[in-house]
Amino acid sequence: MSRVQNAVIGSVKTVLGWMPERWLPGGTPDPLIGRHGEVGRQASRLDGPQKVQGKARFSAEVAMEGMCYAALINSPITRGRIARLDTAAAEAAPGVVLVLTHRNMPRLEIVPVMSITNMGAVGNSALPILQDDQIRYNGQVIALVLAETQEQADHAATLVGIGYEEAPARTRFEEAKSSARSLASIMVEKNQVSVGDAPRELQQAPYSVDNIYRTPGHNHAAIELHAVTTAWDGDALTLHDSTQAIAPTANALAKLFGVKREGVRVLSPFVGGGFGGKAFWDHQVVAIAAARIAARPVRLMLSREAVYRMIGGRTPTEQRVALAADHEGKFTAVVHTGYSVMPTYAVCPEQYSLGSRAAYRSKTYQFGQRHLDLDVVPNTYMRGPGESVGSFAMESAVDELAHQMAIDPIELRRRNEPDKHPLSGTAFSQRGVLEAYRMGAERFGWDQRSAQPGTRRDGEWLTGMGCATGSFPYVRMPAGAVRIHLTKGGQATVSCSAQDMGMGTSTVQSQHAADRLGLPLDAITFEMGDSDLPPAPMAGGSAQTVSIAAAIAAAADKLAGELLRLAGNASPVAGLRAGEVRLVDGSLVSLENPSRRDSFHAILSRAGREAVAVTASASAPLEMLKFAMQSMSAIFCEARVSEVTGEVRVTRLLGSFDCGTILNPKTAASQFRGGMIMGLGMALTEETLFDERSGRIMNANLADYHIPAHLDVPEIDVIWTGIPDPRSPLGARGIGEVGITGVAAAIANAVFNATGKRVRDLPLTLDKLL
Amino acid sequence: MAISVNGTDIPIPDDPRVSLLDLLRERAHLTGTKVGCNQGACGACTVLVDGERVLSCLTLAVQADGRTVTTIEGLGDGATLHPLQQAFIDHDGFQCGYCTPGQICAAVAMLRELQGGVPSYVTADLAGPGAPTAEEIRERMSGNLCRCGAHNGIVEAILQVAKEQAA
Repeated sequence: MSRVQNAVIGSVKTVLGWMPERWLPGGTPDPLIGRHGEVGRQASRLDGPQKVQGKARFSAEVAMEGMCYAALINSPITRGRIARLDTAAAEAAPGVVLVLTHRNMPRLEIVPVMSITNMGAVGNSALPILQDDQIRYNGQVIALVLAETQEQADHAATLVGIGYEEAPARTRFEEAKSSARSLASIMVEKNQVSVGDAPRELQQAPYSVDNIYRTPGHNHAAIELHAVTTAWDGDALTLHDSTQAIAPTANALAKLFGVKREGVRVLSPFVGGGFGGKAFWDHQVVAIAAARIAARPVRLMLSREAVYRMIGGRTPTEQRVALAADHEGKFTAVVHTGYSVMPTYAVCPEQYSLGSRAAYRSKTYQFGQRHLDLDVVPNTYMRGPGESVGSFAMESAVDELAHQMAIDPIELRRRNEPDKHPLSGTAFSQRGVLEAYRMGAERFGWDQRSAQPGTRRDGEWLTGMGCATGSFPYVRMPAGAVRIHLTKGGQATVSCSAQDMGMGTSTVQSQHAADRLGLPLDAITFEMGDSDLPPAPMAGGSAQTVSIAAAIAAAADKLAGELLRLAGNASPVAGLRAGEVRLVDGSLVSLENPSRRDSFHAILSRAGREAVAVTASASAPLEMLKFAMQSMSAIFCEARVSEVTGEVRVTRLLGSFDCGTILNPKTAASQFRGGMIMGLGMALTEETLFDERSGRIMNANLADYHIPAHLDVPEIDVIWTGIPDPRSPLGARGIGEVGITGVAAAIANAVFNATGKRVRDLPLTLDKLL
Repeated sequence: MAISVNGTDIPIPDDPRVSLLDLLRERAHLTGTKVGCNQGACGACTVLVDGERVLSCLTLAVQADGRTVTTIEGLGDGATLHPLQQAFIDHDGFQCGYCTPGQICAAVAMLRELQGGVPSYVTADLAGPGAPTAEEIRERMSGNLCRCGAHNGIVEAILQVAKEQAA
């Protein structure tokens, strides 16, 4: 995140701009696009029977001989030092094996933190873990107690005597603004960007809006608590973890504990919800250190309270969005700036202004984010980082301007739809957001909306409709690898260290592999969740599906080459190269002359082989730099607001998505709905309450941090354009995060349409509507 | 002194602090029952005690002495899935699968409550037998949180089974 990075990425983009498309990944569309096969079929999850029977084994459910249990102590103060530490009573308590504090913790380096320039790193915090007596934020882990049972560990943890010497802490958002930092870049974009004179256009324009929007902190609140079960055998380490980053975790642990990478095995076949929160934090490190010192297997499951206190969530934001338009409704200024919290030891810049940079055509622009350095648990990525909260501000502002101009908000968006990336001028790979709006408006009955707010009533309930655009960038992670093992009998095992936290990774990749390898679905086994397998990138940025798909495509090419080599000169496909055949019906088939074919069985039989195996890595994701690529959505909401209590109920929600090829309609619809429901929570109830006096989170539990419950969730309609992206593997773009974007704005816009009250401060609780 | 869990007697633990949840997961190795909060706020630990839904994290194991406990592992008959388990698969009523055992156990007991005429906040006719509507199911299942957002599929799955049972 530096000026150097801006320069490097700038020059790479320039060079790619000159390069002919056919030289790049995605230069020629994936041949599987449009082919009818397993991809696109409505398949149930392959791991469904395991999950509904309680047989899917999560990280805290692995039994080990001689295992003991850990309890943590988290700091109740925000800044200062441990002045007194008395562990004698705890050590003498029944069943206690070890009390681990900064005194007896092994001396460890800082874990390298994840960043766009170091995609192999995994840390979420650049702070030392149990290395000294310093307290740097409220909730920091200060001790671990290990005992024969969980009950003994929990009790002994109450016996550790700790005295604190408090120091002044930085905890106030408003006060920190005066010393806010401006990073040189946000992700891969230059941070502060001005095009033309936006302030002047704002002053001169016949129509304009200029407002501040606020969003509170959010918590991932995955239902599975963060948990590890871990054991050492000499210098070999096994970690059963719940993580979105299996291979990077194994790499980081080997380095941190000074052991060989081959000796470290991280297993995480199932993750009970991630949403950005299940990566590398302090709990893995203290549990592994305790297991080493005690020479016993250790289980550590965080309490729900500890998840809030020591696993960072989404930062609060304060965003300014200003829009100006001429008499025709063409934008003359788009401004999106603001503040969010990002301590110097945190990794996530909460890139709320990035979506706005690709959203609308305008005469002038001004973008830039500033970051506040507070003494808090390091904030991190949470579903739809940036765009989730950024789209609330931008898409509320568009609605406000449309109301001021008395133009339909969809029409205002249509008039400002860009035909290329508005800032860079890069071509879109494919962009069908207007088609998504057309489909969505028709299905939702948008023509039933009253343009005049506060005019529809059903008893005490005022009703209204709103819409908003959602977007999330396409990302394909570099350097994913897979192994394909194909037997003479036509069974293929596809292996990589990928993660599943409910997206249906194994289901969708099995469907893909069946098509790519020309085999039936039941001939495919997809192995994942184990760092001993070829390394897959972390599950983040809505990138896992295309990243693994590209690796499978590369491995399938290599497999074709290997089979051609084994086929020999007597084969009907002799003389052909890998690019001249495809894999269909268990055979190599000439692209030019499909009557030239040779079956896998025949080839391997003649070669005297039982099986063939190849490992390959995906091509570099250069299409991301050559084209502007985004998943997009049009979200529609119908809401009712009680005139008596101010209560908001969302009665209808529709998402119309433009995300390329949909690989499995059943699991995709679920993922879209899931994102939209998280957006519903963000709009109406979710808020990490932070006490600025003490620096302490006040609602560190699921009873006071309100995620949507069944009665809050209406039936959610999901449709899509299904237009393939010609530049991506399978024509697909990410679908995991775009679902949450645009939802809070669509709901706030519906509430405005119902009541005439504009709330710019999430969540939309009833006190703001009375 | 024993608890019958899925037809097998499990001795009461010697430590009275052990919750029914921890007894099931850590001592009986029945890890299908999940822990999401240990505070009674999420419903992931829901099991059936004498046929009624109970939060096993807020129940001490000693309280279940002499009772019959059914967990997710005890719902099907081994070879075939319980109709709710199959309906959850058919309607994609889960993603990560972590809240799923609690949702299914809660649904089994909830349908009995509904059929037994136990009213809810959204029941219009308090005297009559409950009707298995989506609204009733949403209200009655609201103690089971899901973060992946599988709510629609869960309600559809339960509705389908409710209709099959009524037929």
